[in-house]
Amino acid sequence: MWLTGLRGVDWMPDVWRDLDRMQHEMDRLFTGQSINYLQSFPAINMWMSENDVILSSEIPGIDPGNIEISVEGDVLDLSGSRVAEDLKEGGKYHRQERPHGTFRRKIRLPFRAQEDKIEAKYEKGILTITIPQAEADKPRKITVTGE
Amino acid sequence: MADRGKELEVKKEQAPLDTESLRNRPVFIPQVDIVESKDLIMLIADMPGVDEQGIDINLERDVLTINGTVEAPFRKDYRVIHAEYHVGDYRRSFTLTDAIDHNKIEASVKNGVLRLSLPKAEKAKPKKIAVKIE
Repeated sequence: MWLTGLRGVDWMPDVWRDLDRMQHEMDRLFTGQSINYLQSFPAINMWMSENDVILSSEIPGIDPGNIEISVEGDVLDLSGSRVAEDLKEGGKYHRQERPHGTFRRKIRLPFRAQEDKIEAKYEKGILTITIPQAEADKPRKITVTGE
Repeated sequence: MADRGKELEVKKEQAPLDTESLRNRPVFIPQVDIVESKDLIMLIADMPGVDEQGIDINLERDVLTINGTVEAPFRKDYRVIHAEYHVGDYRRSFTLTDAIDHNKIEASVKNGVLRLSLPKAEKAKPKKIAVKIE
């Protein structure tokens, strides 16, 4: 899995998805291996303000204890697993559309993170991670002194 | 994600607009699992962003419709820098047969997953018929 690196991309999700797909297709052509389409589960949206980034992801129906988040420098590593419905004796599936299994994504952040101040919460099946920018990484204002 | 291609679908299809919504947002078909056991049929739907207040389940004749409304977060002073999924409502309908006891349907929502329990009607349960010996 490659890093999802984005800088200054505006609201154009479909374009991004198409590019993603194209990259998959190219990888497949050149390596001769079949690579799964849209392997980026779970889907991620990111917002940015002056001081931090909010990352949100739809991962319904998992135990928050099954989510692992770590950040190193400007790369966030998100992994976890979702278990399939536990079939009781004699139970059978008529349909099984909901994904299950393990997932892992590495996302490149637009800056280095203040690792000890990252907050994550899981509500209504949506994971929201707030990542502040490291002080040392913030742009510094340089005042020009005249004579 | 694991090995099955189907599991990789990131977001569900857009629901057909048989009736148009007043809300200006996409409507998605939630992904469901349907599991049948001895006494009931369990319908499990992924509806991230939906809680008890946002869910509406309707049974009209034999058609069971689940509706989920999602409030998209508004984040002042933030701009989108990356987007892989859209936020929208959910709608999907299922046709029930007489095999379901319409009066005993129960629903619960947890962590963005709706679980509908559809108990089988008495007459639909398999019955053991004793064969009399003459």
